[in-house]
Amino acid sequence: MFRIRSKVKYKKTNKRRDSPPSAEIEMDSDEDVSTVLPLSQRPEWSDITPVPQNDGPNPVVPIAYSEQFAETMSYFRAVYLADERSVRTLLLTAEAIHLNAGNYTVWQFRRVIIEALNADLHDEFDLVEQLASKNSKNYQLWHHRRWVAEKLGTEAVSRELEFTKKIFLNDAKHYHAWSHRQWVLLNLGGWEDELAYCNELLEVDIFNNSAWNQRYFVITRHPKLGGIEATLDSEVDYTIKAILTKPENESSWRYLRGLYKNNMQSFVTNPKIPTLCLDVLTSKVYPVFALSLLLDLISNGFEPNQDLKNAVEAVVPESNSQGLDIAATICTVLEIIDRMRVNYWGWRKNNLRSQVAEGVANLSIH
Amino acid sequence: MESSSSAAAAVAAEREPTVSQKEQWALESQVFHIYQLLYNIPPNSQAAMLELQRDSHMEYLVKGLLHLGPSFSVLDANRPWICYWIFHSIALLGESVDIALENNTIDFLSRCQDQHGGYGGGPGQMPHLATTYAAVNTLITIGGQNSLASINRAKIYSFLRRMKHTSGGFSMHEGGEVDVRACYTAISVASVLNILDEELVQGVGNYIVSCQTYEGGIAGEPGSEAHGGYTFCGLATMIIINEVNRLNLASLTDWLVFRQGVEGGFQGRTNKLVDGCYSFWQGGAAALIQRLHAAAAGSASSEVSDDEDSSDREEGQPSDDESSILIRRHTETEPLFQSQALQQYILLCSQVEGGFRDKPGKNRDHYHTCYCLSGLSVAQYSRSKDADSAPLPGSLLGPYSNLVEPVNPLYNIVLDQYDEARDFFSKAPAL
Ligand SMILES: [Zn+2]
Repeated sequence: MFRIRSKVKYKKTNKRRDSPPSAEIEMDSDEDVSTVLPLSQRPEWSDITPVPQNDGPNPVVPIAYSEQFAETMSYFRAVYLADERSVRTLLLTAEAIHLNAGNYTVWQFRRVIIEALNADLHDEFDLVEQLASKNSKNYQLWHHRRWVAEKLGTEAVSRELEFTKKIFLNDAKHYHAWSHRQWVLLNLGGWEDELAYCNELLEVDIFNNSAWNQRYFVITRHPKLGGIEATLDSEVDYTIKAILTKPENESSWRYLRGLYKNNMQSFVTNPKIPTLCLDVLTSKVYPVFALSLLLDLISNGFEPNQDLKNAVEAVVPESNSQGLDIAATICTVLEIIDRMRVNYWGWRKNNLRSQVAEGVANLSIH
Repeated sequence: MESSSSAAAAVAAEREPTVSQKEQWALESQVFHIYQLLYNIPPNSQAAMLELQRDSHMEYLVKGLLHLGPSFSVLDANRPWICYWIFHSIALLGESVDIALENNTIDFLSRCQDQHGGYGGGPGQMPHLATTYAAVNTLITIGGQNSLASINRAKIYSFLRRMKHTSGGFSMHEGGEVDVRACYTAISVASVLNILDEELVQGVGNYIVSCQTYEGGIAGEPGSEAHGGYTFCGLATMIIINEVNRLNLASLTDWLVFRQGVEGGFQGRTNKLVDGCYSFWQGGAAALIQRLHAAAAGSASSEVSDDEDSSDREEGQPSDDESSILIRRHTETEPLFQSQALQQYILLCSQVEGGFRDKPGKNRDHYHTCYCLSGLSVAQYSRSKDADSAPLPGSLLGPYSNLVEPVNPLYNIVLDQYDEARDFFSKAPAL
């Protein structure tokens, strides 16, 4: 998670030094090639003495920088130390960012310059989009985008929603893009079509947990939907349908449980939940999540009927669970069918008494 | 209770596999192919296949300390991280580098230390919380008077105070992003350097609690998706500041144990692919939860004060001692994950000739090498009675030479080095 996701390639930097001089800064979309004139040969930089990196006599983890990288950063250090906030330093930060979009010092200095010059914020979108097309898994890029959007206010909304949508076409679970989108919605608005957008994404890939998370975000934070209380019934119906389509889909089960996070009373009294568990258990498709949810229900004071008990015991008919109460039976069955979590289910079994007590105590509070 | 009739119809409506399913199935078939090879060879060949390739890992790691190609320019603002990934990996292997290289590292990191406190990603860069964490952990891992004394605690403290955000969390750097990572790196550094105080702790617990999601795991920011890296960071932070019982630990545990995939490795999020680095983020979190369970179970008879006491205690009062006892405590509880399965994924799917990777088909890197080895350590010691006692027989997969060093999972520092630092900084003058 701390990793910078840039692909580290073992490729030689391909320098084309013979390219025609150009006052314009060209940023090639090919990451290995650039056609810019060295800073030392550009007249507008002749007054600056570059500051080389102070790596010391015996640096560790030394990087064999390309000439262009080393030179650009040396000029950057010079103007950063001099705190020069000018058009040329603004351009220089873009060059440095293209060489390494992970350099937060350069990004931060760029923001300082933008503020000092009152520079056009719309240029930042192009910069970020160029970088994102190469590698969008980078904290700095998204932080910068958020900063720009915050400055522009509501005019940024549709652009930001479209931008993140475009990212999701390639990677519908892009963590930074989802955080950005949520920030935009919360701070600048644009909620109108968000639930429909979640539907759309889940229609395409019902296993997309990021879309489920976004759905939860919408129903809990949307300013006009009335919160989880107002949407509970329709959300429960939607989720139950999704579960029945793919009972092996953990995302939908967690979403259903999440809907009742602060409402244990409804959780244990809504007959649709045990019915769902029964349906899935009798369909014999994938019983782990149904058993797990049922265990949660029981731990919170729910008392299952005989049909449910029979369905639980039918999952592993040979399991020797006579004499055990239903919660312990569920744990035993899970220990058998969900071997990866055998210790967890054993631990749950050992803690059943205190869980039920706690669950009932919680109920009386609500 | 009546079974809904729509159920059968819905189940019948089979469709094209989704992107998530296709990716998952492709990885499963790759991984199971590898495991099939293992099962089909004689036991003595199996041991060879499962062997931790110590020499080639050392070669890869030391080479990284001495030289990195031009493609590493994209990590130019992460050089203390590269130091940490490499030095911590070497320490986990129970190895060390020669003294000159250690001294060069101390010297290099001192050049990354900002004159007003904290470490940047390279010489002359702004101080950053994550690289400060990486630099401090590297220097602790190197150990010794010179290394530990090179850390300017007073200035780091003032840096941490400057990074404190109104939300209760921390900014990564001046003008930087606020998230759970920033909280962890700030609190971890303050704790290990013995400079944690109420001003730093104030509001952190509220921030982390606001990031626990409906799934049970912890997100990077309020509203985001539960994620392994942030879950480790949030959980470790809450333990260090002694507010862990403010989290919903039951739902956190439930989410966490479901992150171990059929491949044996951990995924970072629900319905995502497993990845070697989560061997530590999720495995380390599981190790912390296991100790919390042990503490709760043993509280009646144990010398360690009951977890539930913490609600009576003044909130936000740091108690490094208690988290330290928690890490050391005698535990007889079983791990919450399948340790052997995790080790198998790390050794067979992540390990390459020199280094480790995310999954088959990906390239190795220092980051994955560090966190796969850290996860391997957590898995190997998950059934040990004490933090530093040898694993019980049968809990080590592969030959005995695979055994790596134990870590303090709160900080992800090898236990001996952590102890030395703790002793050193407990004797350091108050600020
Ligand atoms: Zn990874």
